[in-house]
Amino acid sequence: MKILVCISNVPDTTTKIKLNGEKTAIDLAGVQWIINPWDELALTRALELKEASAGKITKISVISVGSQGAEPTIRKALAIGADDAIRINTEPKDAYFAAFQVAEAVKTEAYDIILCGIESSDYNGSAFGGMLAEFMDLPSVSSVSSFELTGDVVKVNREIPGGYEVVEPQLPFVAVVQKGIAKEPRIPSMRGIMMARQKPLKVVEAIMADALTGFVAFEPPQPKAACKMVDPANVAELVDLLHKEAKII
Amino acid sequence: MSYPYLAPDYFQLDDLLTDEHKIVRSAIRDWVTRSIIPIIDQAAQNNEFPVRIIKELGELGAFGPFIPQEYGGAGLDHISYGLIMTELERGDSAIRSTASVQTSLVMYPIFTFGTEDQKRKYLPLLASGEMTGCFGLTEPNHGSDPGSMETRIEDKGDYFLLNGAKMWITNSPIADIAVVWAKDEKGMVRGLIAEKGMAGFSAPKTHNKWSLRASETGELVFDNVKIPKENIFPNIRGLKGPLMCLNSARYGIAWGAIGAAMDCYNTALQYSLERKQFSKPIASFQLQQKKLAEMLTEITKAQLLAWRLGTLKNANKASPAQISMAKRNNVKMALDIARESRQILGAMGITGDFPMMRHMMNLESVITYEGTHDIHLLITGNDITGIAAFE
Repeated sequence: MKILVCISNVPDTTTKIKLNGEKTAIDLAGVQWIINPWDELALTRALELKEASAGKITKISVISVGSQGAEPTIRKALAIGADDAIRINTEPKDAYFAAFQVAEAVKTEAYDIILCGIESSDYNGSAFGGMLAEFMDLPSVSSVSSFELTGDVVKVNREIPGGYEVVEPQLPFVAVVQKGIAKEPRIPSMRGIMMARQKPLKVVEAIMADALTGFVAFEPPQPKAACKMVDPANVAELVDLLHKEAKII
Repeated sequence: MSYPYLAPDYFQLDDLLTDEHKIVRSAIRDWVTRSIIPIIDQAAQNNEFPVRIIKELGELGAFGPFIPQEYGGAGLDHISYGLIMTELERGDSAIRSTASVQTSLVMYPIFTFGTEDQKRKYLPLLASGEMTGCFGLTEPNHGSDPGSMETRIEDKGDYFLLNGAKMWITNSPIADIAVVWAKDEKGMVRGLIAEKGMAGFSAPKTHNKWSLRASETGELVFDNVKIPKENIFPNIRGLKGPLMCLNSARYGIAWGAIGAAMDCYNTALQYSLERKQFSKPIASFQLQQKKLAEMLTEITKAQLLAWRLGTLKNANKASPAQISMAKRNNVKMALDIARESRQILGAMGITGDFPMMRHMMNLESVITYEGTHDIHLLITGNDITGIAAFE
């Protein structure tokens, strides 16, 4: 049994986002890059499943669409425990483009389970997983918050309003996972980082494809207005301000 | 409270690091954020060493990262070792000290001076954190002048008899083994491995420290301890042995201190942007900007110094005098930044809610151990004039 985990290279979640002068792109100077946290949890769960499978799961591969700059992120996935990796050598323009590239790159290798995060912490598009399943003509389950494998049978919990569904999908399938799938991401050990040097990282060129969407402009949120303090005893002033200044009553 | 850790990189030094360096740094940074930051203030307040971290540091591979993999290390380069030290000291100098001692003062001498049997016996256990080590050089009457040490070994035929006492020994109360330096009958300094449990060997704890409170410090007392002959380092004689160990540890400190400085700077910067006086953030006042700008300038210089020293060390070209200069400069830089950043936080800066006072108190030890601030200056003086001012 083989598992593929799709990972996205995203700015560290503590990054202070700055825009370029035309507000058409994010200024990437000095940005630290990490594995998208949802994808990292997916990888963590995949590793747990492999360790518990008594040899049944023979390989965990990771795949990422990104230029050379994405390699530290991919190497980290290998250092944590993935067995091999594929990098598709192009910038991911949008979810459609990225899903198409991944589907093309892995179509000759039969993965039983494909995992990806429900969204990425950069653009939060939440579209990649479903599109990938469609391109690969596979069933998919979204919002997966737990994943169990017993023999050849997979059982997943899918979050729905007010509770969850228990789904037993047929393999192969795409699981679009969210928080809860694994407790916390693993930290690579120094020995793991050294071993990652020896693991295969295949670079494949992208296939010509159009992106369906593009960015026109970014607009940062309005800065918070100054806070006006009103004495608790002065209710009349508060009502007056809400009426005349805030205009909400 | 603590702010998100945004490590400054004003001169884009990240461009000088390899992908592997960045993964090493982020791994240790994540571990410190997860395992140290939430507990370190309480540990320091309570004067308790968080013992569990030894196993965790071992699993992480923070012990002996540059020792070859066949002996349990990771086989990484010296810049990786430096980055590990920086990240650990961002957490606390006590945590970095534990890793420094285990790596540079215990594993390094066993690897460099030890027999093959000693390497096989001790290094894998030290690397994994199943065994803890300490280093005995300093004595109650001999700090900057270790050549006058009084601890002695005497050849008794089947074994050596060890007598003497060592002081200010990081990890001594919890260590399983000690790398000890003592003079033989000819007055030659020799290195050996003493094991806890050997009759006559005790390691009382040092109490009432105002510094490195989350670290175990103690003494090593040897009262007619029989040291098996196979525990002696056969290949090193003279002070060169311990000084080579100290070079490795001082190199790590030159990197480590930057971590404490960056933690203080990051905290002060973010606090100054939030804290309002006279209806505006205190970061808008020139005196605060002066402090912040000078801090960042000094951190940037220290980062460049450490990085260059790392490339020299990787090429086996870093001289002891260069290491002295970097250790001295970077620790003083960190101590000054701890003090200045504490001022930006005003009264809040003295509480355990923020890291400055803890770093400041720790750095008073760091500026003293592994060669005092003054001695390192004299090492530079000696190097440029050819005249030793400390003999």
